Amino acid sequence: MVCNVCGQNEATIHLTEIVNNQMLEVHLCENCAEQKGADFKSHFDFNKLLASLGDFGSELKLDRVAKMTCPECGISYEEFGRTGRLGCSQCYQSFEKLLNPLIKRVQRDLKHVGKIPQKATPDVKRAFELRELQEQLRKSIQSETFEEAARIRDLIQQLENKTQQPESKPESKTKKGTKKNSS
Amino acid sequence: MVQENNQIINHFLTSNCEWLRGTGPESDIVLSSRIRLARNIAGYSFSDRLPAAEQHQLIQEVEKATKNTPLLKDAEILEYRNLKEIDRQFFLERHLISREHATEKGEKALIVSKNEVISIMVLEEDHLRCQVFQSGLNLIEAWRLMNQIDSELDSKLPFSFHPNLGFLTACPTNVGTGLRASCMLHLAGLMMTKQVNKVLQALSKLNLAARGFFGEGTQASGNFFQFSNQLTLGQNESEIVDGLERVMRQVVEHEKEARSYLLEKRRGKVEDQIWRALGSLKSARLMTSSEALGLLSLVRLGVDLGFIPNLSKANLNALFLFTQPAHLQKLSGGELSSAERDQKRAELIRTRLKQVELA
Repeated sequence: MVCNVCGQNEATIHLTEIVNNQMLEVHLCENCAEQKGADFKSHFDFNKLLASLGDFGSELKLDRVAKMTCPECGISYEEFGRTGRLGCSQCYQSFEKLLNPLIKRVQRDLKHVGKIPQKATPDVKRAFELRELQEQLRKSIQSETFEEAARIRDLIQQLENKTQQPESKPESKTKKGTKKNSS
Repeated sequence: MVQENNQIINHFLTSNCEWLRGTGPESDIVLSSRIRLARNIAGYSFSDRLPAAEQHQLIQEVEKATKNTPLLKDAEILEYRNLKEIDRQFFLERHLISREHATEKGEKALIVSKNEVISIMVLEEDHLRCQVFQSGLNLIEAWRLMNQIDSELDSKLPFSFHPNLGFLTACPTNVGTGLRASCMLHLAGLMMTKQVNKVLQALSKLNLAARGFFGEGTQASGNFFQFSNQLTLGQNESEIVDGLERVMRQVVEHEKEARSYLLEKRRGKVEDQIWRALGSLKSARLMTSSEALGLLSLVRLGVDLGFIPNLSKANLNALFLFTQPAHLQKLSGGELSSAERDQKRAELIRTRLKQVELA
């Protein structure tokens, strides 16, 4: 294989970077690799790759969108598109409509499961517990461990009832999670 | 303060860092396992937008929290305002800080445990980038330790958190758990048998990132690869860590198969390459960083395959580290030009490999 840079020498160094299932390959001879050493970093700069993803590109063509700013830190969406870095936690709210599709695309999900801060409010804690249980339920149905699934489903019902109690609307309580099990 | 920093650097200069100890499960192939958590403190803008006055305030807040954290109470704290450029480069070569943290402007700090297992970059892309290293394939232990430190810090610092998205980070690629697990593998066998691309392609389907690793300003050094999880949202921490560890075990098996193949079918050629590499290292008068990495990689394979006795993995690993520019200069006690470094590097390697005989 011939070096991608000089097109003359045999390429002995093969770089591979995989981002979102897309593989980028660069083949270099030793001389060019040495000379180009410093360039690799920018070549593989993840932020630039991120910023080059479709979502940014198409959105940024609209001036109005590009000029949107976060009232908290003043960063514009265009600036985020360029650097891949947001300005503050509030940006997630300020740019929610633009960011969520992007996050969904990059992360394939919009719901965190896992650790939560110790100081999280009881509501947030319950919501996360519920999400973890729903995930477990999904897995146990997939693996056809139906007894386990039934147990988890009961736990989810209990938790949902608890969550709804403070709202004190008994007529709406029975709507969710009461589907009869056919077995 | 500067003198104090020099003492700290001298301590590290005489010790071998965790990821080069050469012990732990599968340490023939897996150099190290690392868990990194990204966290931001509520009430402050992210690092890039943080006004200078608040940068110092945030560093002080973090220092206070770490001093009250049992696992970190003996850790060294280095504020960058007191560090020279070469000192930052030194910590970069030890993989304790990132290139961005070493080069970007503004106030920053590094908190690092004496054995270099735990380190925290303060004011990197995120306010805190905490990392735990383990030698060999040991992600699960690394996560156990990281989880403990995170919980302790969480009780003292209010971390930015969103009810749906989880822990908020400057870049949405880290949002959720903020967790990046990674392993550094020496895949000399798969490279020699030209199988490495197949492995990389298979891994890409599993949402894992792979990159070349090691070296001076480049990621081109052939046989070292770093693998890490791409997604940080929608899976909990244990799932991410277990998932990567399982896949890494499979890659290790492929590398072992490649090495067995080389021993059985191409022994003569491989032996030739390995002994030539050792010969060059033992006799060269000038040695560039990238040449050293390539040759040391072959010698490492020679040690793993049992060709080269009397060379411990820890000593060999130390050479990977100490032949890098900032380490060479720290060892020599002064600044060296690139040409001088090549000479010093060759000299250091010859000295350290003196007792290793060419068969």
